[in-house]
Amino acid sequence: MLLDTSTVGLITVEEGTKILPPNVIITTLDKVVNWGRLSSIWPTTFGLACCAIEMMAAGAAHYDLDRFGIIFRGSPRQADCMIVAGTVTKKMVPVVRRVYDQIPEPRYVIAMGSCACTGGVFRTYSTVQGCDTFLPVDVYVPGCPPRPETLLEGLMLLQEKIRKEQARWSPWR
Amino acid sequence: MAVTEVRISIHPAGLNPKDIAEKIKEQFPDQVIDVAEFRDQVSVIAKRDQIVPLLKYLHDDPILSMDHLQDLTAVDYLKKKDVRFEVVYNLYSTKYRHHIRIRAQVPENDPKINSVVPIWAGANWHERECFDMFGIEFTGHPDLRRILMPEDWEGYPLRKDYPLQGPALENDWPGFTEVLKRSKELREFEWEG
Repeated sequence: MLLDTSTVGLITVEEGTKILPPNVIITTLDKVVNWGRLSSIWPTTFGLACCAIEMMAAGAAHYDLDRFGIIFRGSPRQADCMIVAGTVTKKMVPVVRRVYDQIPEPRYVIAMGSCACTGGVFRTYSTVQGCDTFLPVDVYVPGCPPRPETLLEGLMLLQEKIRKEQARWSPWR
Repeated sequence: MAVTEVRISIHPAGLNPKDIAEKIKEQFPDQVIDVAEFRDQVSVIAKRDQIVPLLKYLHDDPILSMDHLQDLTAVDYLKKKDVRFEVVYNLYSTKYRHHIRIRAQVPENDPKINSVVPIWAGANWHERECFDMFGIEFTGHPDLRRILMPEDWEGYPLRKDYPLQGPALENDWPGFTEVLKRSKELREFEWEG
């Protein structure tokens, strides 16, 4: 039986989102697109050092990144996000940049750990002093290595950042 | 039934390293420069000319039987010793469980030494690493290329006169600076929010 909409009317569930029972939702395209994107951040499987072990721990059953819709993809072409987990050496830079270049828009970068953020303790001839020298980093996750909770915090900060985006879906952006 | 304690007699700890050093001195009297000792670890400092016959003797002699090259590396004694480099061979006998360390002097103006890959095949990558980091050339090595640094890297990073933080950006490895340049060019296409 159809609900008599004339008696119920629009219900505001949050700012900018109204529900017309039983199944009509009125909201902005930004909200829908951003909600979809932040609920399915797919990082490319990519680890450089010990931080990758913590990243794997975060992905495993106990911390379970899957519950945030975060699923590691084997190819950068299927991914939205790159977690730079570990020390970036100069020899590795062309490879890291190529992986990033293959990720289709919209794409995000998380610098995980002290080394990826600043070079960490390795102020030496072979180490890049922070992966932001050649990548646009969205979230910096400090720690050496960061615990899985810290990485989760970083991913949730990235979700908040995606939630605030405006018109990134538009061809005129 | 009485419990009898069974004692397994372990293999004697091989020869005393000082005795090994004496044997090397007897065998190669003109090659041994000095015998140094630090915390019961004995080093034989040798000339580089006859290093391969010397190590071959240690490997083949039935009483010494140094069948395991534990490590091969080099040390840079810049401004500390007259001869700048020493190539270090840590030898071990799995049969008799004794150790000895051989240090071969290599001068700065002619950093070359003969390869020991024919004696221990495992020395292959160690010598490549040593070449990569110190620029010591191992004559007779089957495949002497850089092993860790990029092939077109300039300089030998573990030399004491190499800057710790590496070369300045304009003199840095081209593979790295090219990516920096390209990422700067592509920055205008990134999403600014």
